[in-house]
Amino acid sequence: MSVLQMREALRRAMNEEMRRDERVFLMGEEVAEYNGAYKVSEGMLKEFGARRVIDTPIAENGFFGLGVGAAMAGIRPIVEVMTWNFSLVAYDQVINNAAKIVQMTAGQYRCPIVFRGPTGAAENLGSQHSQSLESIYAHFPGLKVVSVSTPRDAVGLLKASIRDDNPVVFMESELMYGLKGEVPDEEFIIPLGVADLKRAGDDVLLVTWNKSVQTCLAAAETLAAEGISAAVLDLRTIRPLDEEALYQHAARIGRVVVVQEGFPFAGVGAEIVARVQEAVFDSLDAPVVRVTNRDVNQPYATNLEKLVLPGPDRVVETVRNLLRR
Amino acid sequence: MESPPVPGPDTLQRWLLDMAVIRRVEELAQGAYQQRKIRGFLHLYIGQEAVAVGSHAALRKDDVVVTAYRDHGIALARGVSARAVMAELYGRSTGVCKGLGGSMHMASAEHHIYGGYGIVGGHVPLGAGAALAFQYRGESRISLTFFGDGASNQGAFFEALALAQLWKLPAIFVCENNRYAMGTSVERSSYLTDMSRRGDGVGMVRWQFEAYDPVVVYENIAKAAEHARSGAGPVILDAQCYRYRGHSMSDPGKYRSAEEVAEYRKRDPLLLTADRLLAAGVSQERIDAILAEADAIATESVSFADASPEPEARELYDHTYVEGT
Ligand SMILES: Cc1ncc(C[n+]2csc(CCOP(=O)(O)OP(=O)(O)O)c2C)c(N)n1
Ligand SMILES: [Mg+2]
Repeated sequence: MSVLQMREALRRAMNEEMRRDERVFLMGEEVAEYNGAYKVSEGMLKEFGARRVIDTPIAENGFFGLGVGAAMAGIRPIVEVMTWNFSLVAYDQVINNAAKIVQMTAGQYRCPIVFRGPTGAAENLGSQHSQSLESIYAHFPGLKVVSVSTPRDAVGLLKASIRDDNPVVFMESELMYGLKGEVPDEEFIIPLGVADLKRAGDDVLLVTWNKSVQTCLAAAETLAAEGISAAVLDLRTIRPLDEEALYQHAARIGRVVVVQEGFPFAGVGAEIVARVQEAVFDSLDAPVVRVTNRDVNQPYATNLEKLVLPGPDRVVETVRNLLRR
Repeated sequence: MESPPVPGPDTLQRWLLDMAVIRRVEELAQGAYQQRKIRGFLHLYIGQEAVAVGSHAALRKDDVVVTAYRDHGIALARGVSARAVMAELYGRSTGVCKGLGGSMHMASAEHHIYGGYGIVGGHVPLGAGAALAFQYRGESRISLTFFGDGASNQGAFFEALALAQLWKLPAIFVCENNRYAMGTSVERSSYLTDMSRRGDGVGMVRWQFEAYDPVVVYENIAKAAEHARSGAGPVILDAQCYRYRGHSMSDPGKYRSAEEVAEYRKRDPLLLTADRLLAAGVSQERIDAILAEADAIATESVSFADASPEPEARELYDHTYVEGT
């Protein structure tokens, strides 16, 4: 075991895959000479050279699309986006090209590409820089969507994403790049589509991913002190969704809260609520509820920002209310 | 085309004051950031003051200005008070956008500033759109859109140019070419480094100029404004300038040498203007008094921001939609 920061874990996954497979390369803004806006790709230019670690101009629509074309032609891009907010200028390339190529060409072409970068709010970044965009990618068949919460998961899931022959949207967090965690030293892969129980519990199931896993673990601590036992299920992959694990835990525990950053309306949480009640309605003791961002664009001021984001207090409060029912 | 009137010593003293206020406000903002009173992203304009002040002087009051996130100097030059800018940086209710916008989003309808925008290049069509409205209503107003050398690679920028030229919109597009987009020098991000040449592909009138001296900026923008206002169509300019600080507070700026920064500091807008004043017979004491006045205005803005209240929690949803329609 070694203790790695999230950024080191992501780097390890990319390094291992680039050593293993000459077709894999990294491209994005500031990834090479600057060593990455968040230092994820530190040292990679030195090891792999400018042919495989490529600095791009600020032209996401261009380099996302070039990535798709390159993947169709048989090389395997990892495209870093500085934050997912900026992917919106390139959304067309992901949705209308990457997600559809396999099906439109009846499998004649593949699109083995990973788009990766941070999602969600950091601190005081305002309206345009604080969005969680999982749901607008998970909406589309043909894309896989991964959203990681620990360094160990980051290594295993990024390696799986790079080896996948489908386009993968891989989400990190600006606030988690310095997060430390234990990672096995030997090589390992975590398959996409497998959720992970980050904390066992019996009274309520908290379903979550990415940074909100921390929120839920903190809430579970507080609840434990009150004698409430909360389980925390980290989905890790939003598409494909680990429905088996989700329904099994939901049915066993009977009370489910989905905790996500991002807006409630048509969010990933809404999808989970719908599916859980369709699948295990008879085993539920209460409605499945959500804790999300407030339904408002992110304000800049610190006091308002705190009101908007789903912190541990709101999770605790929601669970208490749910158990009172 | 006639040359604009040469600014006299009184005008120059006012410009020096305006530029010195911008610089002092930003220096104090930097200090407040280090004390964590200002948070999030803070992109300082220091070094580029001549562009904001010289441009403002060449515009009419009701012309529209649009810019990116490096926007404090432009807001100040356009007449937004140091108090309103500083309070916005502090996230207070007395800020120009009531603490909802923050550093990157300084809009003021009173001053016809559509704002600062955080998605690189995404704001350029807005400037063209304002010009469309002016043309539509038969007004003699124009828009001026600032953008960076890095933004000159974005699709939205190219498309805005194409439309503006096709429809002969009364718009000016000014690239604040400060030679870097984060850690990427303009030579590494673009084959052509004179960004006015982006206009060639659509047939737009264009030129490049050195933008260290506010008088030179004023002359060039006045010329472009006259062209755009006459109905002859848009103009694109490359204003060569330089930022002294890192891209934002988190950037140590290791990608350029101290010698390079020192070289550009010889063309400092405040120095050049002071030299002009001395040459016109204005005393050093008078110049010092102007700088002291700027310091007093900036210092007072900090006390004002510090003492201002946070936005009220109950106002959180007030501006999601326009009500009553
Ligand atoms: C679409 C998009 N991509 C990336 C970013 C991240 N980013 C913010 S500023 C910046 C550099 C922009 O440089 P330039 O246009 O030259 O403006 P300057 O910072 O020099 O004023 C980058 C890459 C962003 N905000 N939006
Ligand atoms: Mg620049």
